[in-house]
Parts: sequence; C-alpha cells; structure tokens
Amino acid sequence: MRDIFSRLQEIDRRWLYLLIFAAVVIPFLTGLKLPAGVASPATTDIYDYIDGLAPGSVILISVDYSPASMAELEPMAKAVVRHAFTCGHRVIAMALFPEGAMMVNRVLDEVAPEMNKTYATDYVNAGFKPGSVAVILGMGKDIIGVFEDTDAEGNALSNMPVMAGVKNYDDIDLMIDFAAGNIPFAWITYACEQYELKVGVGVTAVMATDLYPFWKSGQLVGVINGLKGAAEYEDLIQVPGDGMLGMSSQSIAHALIIFFVILGNIGYFLARRRP
Amino acid sequence: MPEAQQGTELVFLGLTFNPEVLGLWLQAVLTFAIFSFLWGDNRVYKFAEHVFVGISAGYGAVIVWQQAVLLLLVFKLWPQLSAKADVTADHWVIIPGILGLLMLTRFMPKYDWLSRYPIAFTVGLYAGTGIPRIVPAYLLRQMGATMKPLVPGADVGWWVAVSSLVVLVGVICTLTYFYFSRPHEGALGVSSKIGIWFLMVAFGAGFGNTVMARISLLIGRVEFLLYDWLPVWWPGAGL
Repeated sequence: MRDIFSRLQEIDRRWLYLLIFAAVVIPFLTGLKLPAGVASPATTDIYDYIDGLAPGSVILISVDYSPASMAELEPMAKAVVRHAFTCGHRVIAMALFPEGAMMVNRVLDEVAPEMNKTYATDYVNAGFKPGSVAVILGMGKDIIGVFEDTDAEGNALSNMPVMAGVKNYDDIDLMIDFAAGNIPFAWITYACEQYELKVGVGVTAVMATDLYPFWKSGQLVGVINGLKGAAEYEDLIQVPGDGMLGMSSQSIAHALIIFFVILGNIGYFLARRRP
Repeated sequence: MPEAQQGTELVFLGLTFNPEVLGLWLQAVLTFAIFSFLWGDNRVYKFAEHVFVGISAGYGAVIVWQQAVLLLLVFKLWPQLSAKADVTADHWVIIPGILGLLMLTRFMPKYDWLSRYPIAFTVGLYAGTGIPRIVPAYLLRQMGATMKPLVPGADVGWWVAVSSLVVLVGVICTLTYFYFSRPHEGALGVSSKIGIWFLMVAFGAGFGNTVMARISLLIGRVEFLLYDWLPVWWPGAGL
C-alpha cells in the first residue's frame, strides 16, 4: 500500500492537469447536469433588494475587471443587469478600471437588446473614469459633473431621460461593483461610509472571503461570489446563462481536487510513519 | 454558418479574411499557447504572455490618454479643441497637470527628486481622505458586528446566537494568537491554539475559493473553445 502511495507522490503533475481538464470538458460533451445547490443568502440578499425596489429606481453598476476575469464576472453582471431591466429599473453603468470600459459594452450590448431596452432612456454607459477614490467621492456631490457631462460615446448625459433626477448618491437606489481588484473596498470606505450609499458587490471567488465580513456587518447589501454566485443569480431570475452552464464542470473538478487532497494527505502520513 | 462568419471581409496580401473568424482563431491559438505552459515553460507561452501584457498596457494607455489627459487636462485648457468650444478654459488644471508631469522626472536621474512632490501630494491626499473613513469602515463597524446578542430570545434565534458566539470566540482567540508580549502558556496558550484553528479554517475557505476561481477561468476558456471556436473550425460539431 505504501509503495502505491510513494509512486503516486512521484506522479508527473501533468497527469493531474489532464484529469482536471477532462473533469471540466466531459460535462460539456456529455450534457451532464449536476444540481447547483440552493442560492446562498449573500446572493439572495442582492436579488431581494433589487426585486424590492420600485420600478424606475436607479441602479449604478461599476464594471471593474479586465478580460482576465471575464469568465467569472461577466455572467453575474449580465444576470444582475437582466434582473434590473426585468424589474423596470434604470441602469447607469461606469468603469473605474481602464479595461472595464469594453467589459461594460459586452454586458449591455448583449442584455439590452434582448430586453428591448433603449440606450439613454433605460440605460447609459458613462464609460471609464480614472482616479477611483476621487471619482467615488466626487460622485457623492455631482455624478454628471464627474463624468464631464459625457457618456462613453461623448453624448451629453444631462440630456438623457435615464439621468432625469439623478444628481448624486441620494438619487441612486443601489450600487453594484463587479470587480476583480481592490475597488470594492474603496466603495465601502467612501461611498458607504460617507454617503450611506447602498452597495453590493459581485467579485471573483478569490476576493469573496475578504468581503463577507462587510456583508455580515451590514455594510454591503450582498456578495455575489464568483461563477457559483453567478449560477445562483441566474437560477434566481430563471434565465440560465454561462454561470449555470459551467457549474457541473465546477462540481466535478472540485470533487476531483478534494480526492487529490485526501490522497495526498494519506500518502504524506503513510510516508511519515515509514521507518 | 455561425453568426461570427457573417462580418465584413478583410483582404490582406490577396487573401480574404473574415475579421471575426480571424479573431476567434487568434483567441484559440493564444489560449492554446498559454495552456502550453502546463507542459513546461516555452517560447510559445512567452510570446502569448508578452502579447497579453503588451495589449493590456497599450489599451490602458490609450484609454487613460483619452479619458484623463485629453478630457481632464488638454480640453479644459483649450476647450476649442473639443466639441464643447463654448466652454471657458479652466486654468486651475495646470496645477495637477504640472504635478503629473513631475512624475515623469522619475525617468531622469538628475531630476528625479522632483517626483517626490506629486508623490507627497498623493500620499497626503489619500491619507487625509482615507483615515477618517477607514477607521469606522474597517474597525468600528467590524467591531460592532462581533458584538451581537449571545442569548436567544424573542428577537434572536438559536442559530443567530450560536453564530454570534462563534464570531466572538473566533475574534478573541485569533487576536490572542497575535499577542506576543507574553508567552503563549496557560489560558493564553489555549486561546491562541483555538485562534490557530480559526485561522486554518479561514485559510481553507480562502484556498477553496481560490480553487473555484481558477477552475472558473478554465471553464470560461473551455466554453469559448467548444461553443465559439469549435463550430467555426468544425461546422458540424455545434454543441
């Protein structure tokens, strides 16, 4: 038995890569569907908050990730925007991350036509603005002023129906930051603390553990955690997307990694006991 | 025929390309180039890595030039260059403009001391705006969240009370682990050992989430290869 474990400990790691790759690909090829589980309270809280807002409410979304994190964050951004449109809310999109400017377009260009929403009336892309903390603080006083009264295409924000009655954070009903960096902490510190803006976050799974304490303390409305959170949100709005599509692969890959961890530990302890 | 193949055609060196199909192939080739690192470090991987870093930096530079330098500095000083020619010039932006230019002295060893001024300004600004808000956001509210009712009652369910107790014990024990002014013996030793267990659970949760994040990225690439690229490469293989 010890010899088997000794050999396993010396196995070429590329075999493990191949097994993980197979675990991810097989559900796609076979159409295998595993249950994604019940939505976590952190995700449900954001869903419930958006659902509870009166139609016509204003939801600000900040898309602060690059293509490197797109696989995790884009499905949740699309699901949340789809939900906001379904509820009849207005969406103001922006980016504090340079690459976020094109990520915003990917989300809005897909979801808005599906939901028959009109640019400038139902939603707007204010584009990227550099200087994250200064922008967040400035928006507390004058949102249109911070964006120099121009959207991402150079059109005047002040003439758009979607911006009617929107002066500062007092007129924003919920802000959601989709982020792969530290920007959610700036929203918590400046927008939440100083202006009492309601903030929710959709973040990569790596970041989620750092943000859960802020949700438990009531500083965040909720936390959508990586692809799992996206799948939960898609399940809540009953519109399957890329999040739910990948969950079977996620489950099998996780089971395989747990198996490797257990196997590795047994091997380690057996090797330690060897005289 | 996938939707991606219906775009405007591009002619290069007498060959006709569909830009969107070309884009899909480029994405697929670069994806495989990055995956080749799993086999071992190699030149193909290095090339793809440099392309990624270069494009990201280039894209970021262009966006910052358009959104910051032009919009916040050049067009404010010379509004006639922008679409808003009727706006009066704002000469106050000369001050941040000069501070920004001083940062570039980092590239000139003889004058790089000048860059300390914008750095000092930035540090001072962020410290001044940050400290009064960071203390309540990171400390006071988090401390408040650990002081929840521990006794079940009309407003507090059993599960909430138990959760509050776990949080309180976790915070105290973890803090005692980081208390180094006395040897970790007796009650302090027991408390710090429990603190280690709480830290282990936190690290485990963090590691689990990190695994999920990495697998998610792999899933994203596999979805692209199977749903976007494969139908272009092999039209009958649509999943």
